[in-house]
Amino acid sequence: MRDHTQPPQSPQAPQAPQSVGYWRAVLRRLKHEPLAMLSAGVLLVLVISAVFAPWLAPGDPFKASMLKRLMPIGSPGYLLGSDELGRDMLTRLMYGARLSLVMGVVPVFSAFCIGTTLGLFAGYLGGRINMVIMRILDIFYAFPSVLLAVAISGALGPGLSNSLIALTLVFVPQIVRVAESVTTQVRQLDYIEAARMSGANAFSIIRVHVLGSVLGPVFVYATGLLSVSMILASGLSFLGLGVKPPEPEWGLMLNTLRSAIYNKPFVAALPGAFIFLTSIAFNLLADGVRSAMDIKK
Amino acid sequence: MWVYILKRLLYALPIALSVTVISFMLVYLAPGDPLNAIAPADAPADVIEALKSAYGLDKPVPVQYGLWVWRAVHGDLGTSIASGRAVLTEVMGAVSNTFMLATIASLMGVSMGCVLGALAGYQRGSLTDKIATTFSVIGVSIPHYWLGLVLTIVFSINLGWLPAMGAGPGGSTEWVWDLEHIRFLVLPAITLCVIPMGIITRTVRALVADMLEQEFVIALRARGLSSVAIFKHIAKNTAPTVLAVTGLQIGYLMGGSILVETVFAWPGTGFLLNTAIFQRDIPLLQGTLLVLCMIFVVLNLLVDILQPLIDPRMGRT
Repeated sequence: MRDHTQPPQSPQAPQAPQSVGYWRAVLRRLKHEPLAMLSAGVLLVLVISAVFAPWLAPGDPFKASMLKRLMPIGSPGYLLGSDELGRDMLTRLMYGARLSLVMGVVPVFSAFCIGTTLGLFAGYLGGRINMVIMRILDIFYAFPSVLLAVAISGALGPGLSNSLIALTLVFVPQIVRVAESVTTQVRQLDYIEAARMSGANAFSIIRVHVLGSVLGPVFVYATGLLSVSMILASGLSFLGLGVKPPEPEWGLMLNTLRSAIYNKPFVAALPGAFIFLTSIAFNLLADGVRSAMDIKK
Repeated sequence: MWVYILKRLLYALPIALSVTVISFMLVYLAPGDPLNAIAPADAPADVIEALKSAYGLDKPVPVQYGLWVWRAVHGDLGTSIASGRAVLTEVMGAVSNTFMLATIASLMGVSMGCVLGALAGYQRGSLTDKIATTFSVIGVSIPHYWLGLVLTIVFSINLGWLPAMGAGPGGSTEWVWDLEHIRFLVLPAITLCVIPMGIITRTVRALVADMLEQEFVIALRARGLSSVAIFKHIAKNTAPTVLAVTGLQIGYLMGGSILVETVFAWPGTGFLLNTAIFQRDIPLLQGTLLVLCMIFVVLNLLVDILQPLIDPRMGRT
C-alpha cells in the first residue's frame, strides 16, 4: 500500500502537490512580472494611504465650506480641488480608499471562505448532497450578477453591510463551482483512495489531502474577482444602494459629484479614475498570479 | 438532437420556477411591512385593511405567491404602486429599450473583440498583440458608469456632438430608427460595449493562439492550404465558444445595464428597477426582476440549443 503522506504524481493530477516550496516559487516568479509588481506597488500605496489617512491626509473629510465649493484641481490648500460641499477632495479620496477597498476585498474573501468549504464538501461527498448543493447554486446562475447584486441590496435596503452581503452572495456560487470541479477531479486519484483505506475520516482527508490541490485554482479565480467586486461595490454606492452619505466612498463621491460635470469635469471624474486605477491594478496582479501559478509553462 | 433539446428544456423548467420564487420572495427580505410604501404610517386601521385586501396582502405568503404566478402566466403582473399603470406594460416598454441597447452594444463589442482577438492571437508578442491586450484589460477593468460620465463630459459637454441624456424626442415610447434618435443611442452603446469587447478579445486571443499550435492546423499548412483557407477552419472552430460567450454577454448586459442607464437616463429596465427600489414599488420590482431573469434563462437555453447545431461534435456526446 502506498504511504498516503506522499502523494504520487499521477498524469491526470490537476495540480502538483503544493507545499511551502510551491508558494515560494510562485512568489519568486511573480517578482519577475513587471506589470504585476507595478500593480502591487500601486495597491500598496493605496492601502497605506487608506490605513494612515488620519495622519497623511491634509484635512478633515467631513469639514464643508460653503465658500470653497468645487475648487479646481491645484488650488492652494486644495491640491485635488474640493467637492460640491467644499470638502477637500484629496482627503476624501484617501479616506474613501478605506471603504472602497474594504467593499472590494471583503465580499471576495468571505465568498472564498464560504465557497471553498461548500465546494469541497459537495465535491468530496458527491452523490445526492453534491446534486442538491449544485442545483441550488444553479438558480443563482439564472440571475445576471449585476442584477442579482442590485436586487438583493435593493431588497435589503441601502447600507454598507447589506451591500457586502449582496456581493458575497453573488460570488459564492461561482467559487463553489470552481472548488467543486477541482475536488471532484482530485477525489478520484489513487492517493485519496489510499488515505480512505488507511482509515482516515472524510474531514481529515479533505483538510490534509484535498485542500492543497483546491486552494490554488480557487485562489486564482478569486483574485480575478477582486476587480469585479470593486466595480460592483462602487457601482452600488453610485446607485445610492451602498454606503450612505456623508461617508467618503469613491462610488458615492462619483454620484454626488455628478451635478458638477458641467463646470468642474476633472474634479467630478476623479473618484472614478481611482476606481479604475484600483480595478486595473487588481486585474493585472491577478493575471500575474495566474501565470506565476501555471506550472506547465 | 431532439432528445438533447427536450432534456435541456426539462432542465430549464425547475430553474425558471425557482426564479419566480426568488423574484417574488426577494422583497420579503426587506425589514418592515410592504404596506408602508402604500399607506401613510398614521392611516386608520380600516383603511389599512382595505388596502391589504386590495393588494392581496391579507393572504398567507404562499397563497400570494401562487396567485402571483398564476396571474403572471396569464400575462398579468399586477399594478405598479407608484404609477398606477399595469406592470407588464411598463416592463415591456422598458425591456424593448434595454434589449435594443444591449444587443447593439454586444454586437459592437463582439465584432471588435473578434477582430482584436484574432489579430492578437495570430501575432502573439507583436505590437498589435500588446495593443489588443491593453484594450481588453481596460475593457474588463473600467467602471463602465464612470466611462459613461467621461464620454458625456467629452462628447456632450466639451464638443457638443451628442446628447447627454434620454432617448430622444417622444421619450421612452416612440423610438424611431432615424438620425435624430440614433444620436441618443451612441454614447450608451459605446459605454456598454467595452465589457463584451474586453471579454471576447481575451477569449478569442486565447482560442486562436491555442488553435494555431494544434496539429490539424500544421497538417493543413503542410497540405499547402492558403492562409485564408486556414483562417476559415480556425473561425469555424472558434465560433461555438464565441456564440456561447455572446449569448451570456447579452444576458449580462440586459441585467447589468442598470448603471449605464442611470448615467444616461436611458428609459430601460435599469431605470425602472431604480424607480421600483427607491419608491418601494413592490409589484414593479417583482415584475421587472421576473421578466429580466426569464429572458436570461431563455438566452442560456437558446445558446445551449444553438451550440450543437454549429458544432456537430457536441451533438454526439
